[in-house]
Amino acid sequence: MDIFILQVLNALFYAAILFLIASGLTLIYGVMQIVNMAHGSFFALGAFVTAWLIGQLAGNVHPLLLLLAMPVGAFIVAVFGMALEPTLLRPFYKRPEEYQLLLTFGILLVLEDLMRVLFGGSPLAADQPMAPFGSMPVMGLKYPNYNFLVIAVGIAAAIGLWAFVYRTRFGVMLRATSQNMKMASALGLDVGRVYVLAFGIGCFLAGLGGAIVVPTQTAVLGMALDALIIAFVVVVVGGIGSLKGALIGAVIVSFVRTAGVQFFPEIELAVLYLIAAGVLLWRPTGLFGKA
Amino acid sequence: MAAMDKRQGRIRLPQVVGIAVVFAVGLALFPQVAGTYQTMILAYGLLFAIAGLGFNLLLGYTGLLSFGHSAFYGMGAYAVAFAARDLGITSMELLLLCGLAATAAIAVVFGLVCAGLTRIFFAIMCLALSQVLWSLSYKFFWVTGGTDGIRVKWPSLLGITEYSGGGAFQRFVHDYYYYVLVIFCIVVVGMWIITHSPFGKALQAIRDNEIRAEFLGVNIRKYRLIAYIVSGSVTGLAGALWVPLAGLITPDTLWWPFSGKLVFVTLLGGFRNFTGPIVGGVLYNYLEVYAIASTEYWQVVLGGILIVLVMVLPTGVVGGLSQLAAKLRTKEEPQREPVTDG
Repeated sequence: MDIFILQVLNALFYAAILFLIASGLTLIYGVMQIVNMAHGSFFALGAFVTAWLIGQLAGNVHPLLLLLAMPVGAFIVAVFGMALEPTLLRPFYKRPEEYQLLLTFGILLVLEDLMRVLFGGSPLAADQPMAPFGSMPVMGLKYPNYNFLVIAVGIAAAIGLWAFVYRTRFGVMLRATSQNMKMASALGLDVGRVYVLAFGIGCFLAGLGGAIVVPTQTAVLGMALDALIIAFVVVVVGGIGSLKGALIGAVIVSFVRTAGVQFFPEIELAVLYLIAAGVLLWRPTGLFGKA
Repeated sequence: MAAMDKRQGRIRLPQVVGIAVVFAVGLALFPQVAGTYQTMILAYGLLFAIAGLGFNLLLGYTGLLSFGHSAFYGMGAYAVAFAARDLGITSMELLLLCGLAATAAIAVVFGLVCAGLTRIFFAIMCLALSQVLWSLSYKFFWVTGGTDGIRVKWPSLLGITEYSGGGAFQRFVHDYYYYVLVIFCIVVVGMWIITHSPFGKALQAIRDNEIRAEFLGVNIRKYRLIAYIVSGSVTGLAGALWVPLAGLITPDTLWWPFSGKLVFVTLLGGFRNFTGPIVGGVLYNYLEVYAIASTEYWQVVLGGILIVLVMVLPTGVVGGLSQLAAKLRTKEEPQREPVTDG
């Protein structure tokens, strides 16, 4: 029984991270209709920036204050994304998809090396924030309480994002732009501002995902590529452009993957991609996507 | 598009054959003037060109962007490696047949799955399917060697040559270059015939206006499926040819960034031109080789080039050059109808 609870907790932990990455990806697609291949890089950037910040601060401040490095790291990623959107991405919204994919693929390559330049080629560890939370004994093993914080952040992000999109004035503007950009613009909406902010929020979420995951694992080069592709699976399963889809997709993918690691480790990844292929075949717009 | 077709129409077939023969002779003479290293690099470039030609049948002619063509390149390479290791085949011709058969089989299965999708859904489906193969090659290490990969020995070419002893590497590269060159020429001629056949025209009709093509009686699903199978098989052929030269196949070849590389190759040359992927393949290979050789941060170089390319030269090197040529031509002969960009 304990192992079951442990695995459910692991799955929820993973789902929280996946949701943070995938919700940004799906938000950006929903508003700007571009598939951002560089999105995994924002996740990785969040992890690196936060790990670096924690590394600088650790020992000088109270360990709990280190948690502040996380939103700061995510915010730095968001600012970076908000600089990138109007300069590089915006000229491409009206171009065919292959150009958008290639442009963002190019950004991915550049960011991969940028992180290598800034943070070096070796993994960055930053596990100091985990210590003050202690751990809970499960089956003679220790389960870190920090993981509950990650799950809580994931849930808070889901609620916050929902409230933001469906309960605020800016959310209305966001949805209007997403549904009909020209009409929204004709009605006097500053579409450019909506774009920048939507992209910034997407980057913030991905960066936050990287920031909160980095104490539990190290920030390594190449994590961008893995994160992107799993986020694609989440978004495809849930329906590209749908926030509810990103949440359900994240939960499905994380539980399948956790079960996969436990019961069929050889094909756990293959099963994920087959699920994505199956959903695309059965409902190309995903479980919650609109045609 | 009409403008481009007009431009193409102006060039007569004998001219095309003449230019192609000049280039083929130039490529054939290359190893006589260049060393082993340069010959090998150009061979790699030609392999990228073959892969790009296959890929572009989908992107340029059918209007479908596959983000999963690493599946075919990698499948061709793995099939050759398996056949060489497990069946003990040493003849390159037999190995190629194995590679082609395996990629064609995979292309049929994947094609049946993908053929109903378009746009971003098609691209992501291709990505997902290629990732299935990647994850299998990565996890089933007792079959594929995992990330260590499989070593592939030099095969015998045309059943005559065996490569061992002193200078074997130089002789193999020299002979293999010609082997690749001959297959490259066959693929170029074959793809030229396909793209200029009624079948190729039907594909372009689907690309330009799917509904109109359907009303004209084109069986869209069937044509897309055939294009997908041909495209995948040609890319797989390049992979099968690549692996004896590289000597090692690892899951990286099946991984999705390699698919991005193939898109890069094709866009670098220009996907609206027949010759685009050829130029792109050779050029990309030089870029990669020299970027990796000269800097640790070669991804910045490649990524930067890619960003600049899509921003200022969306039609690729060949497209840009032909636009320039068209502009010069209209300046020289103002009595001719001006060529406008469509």
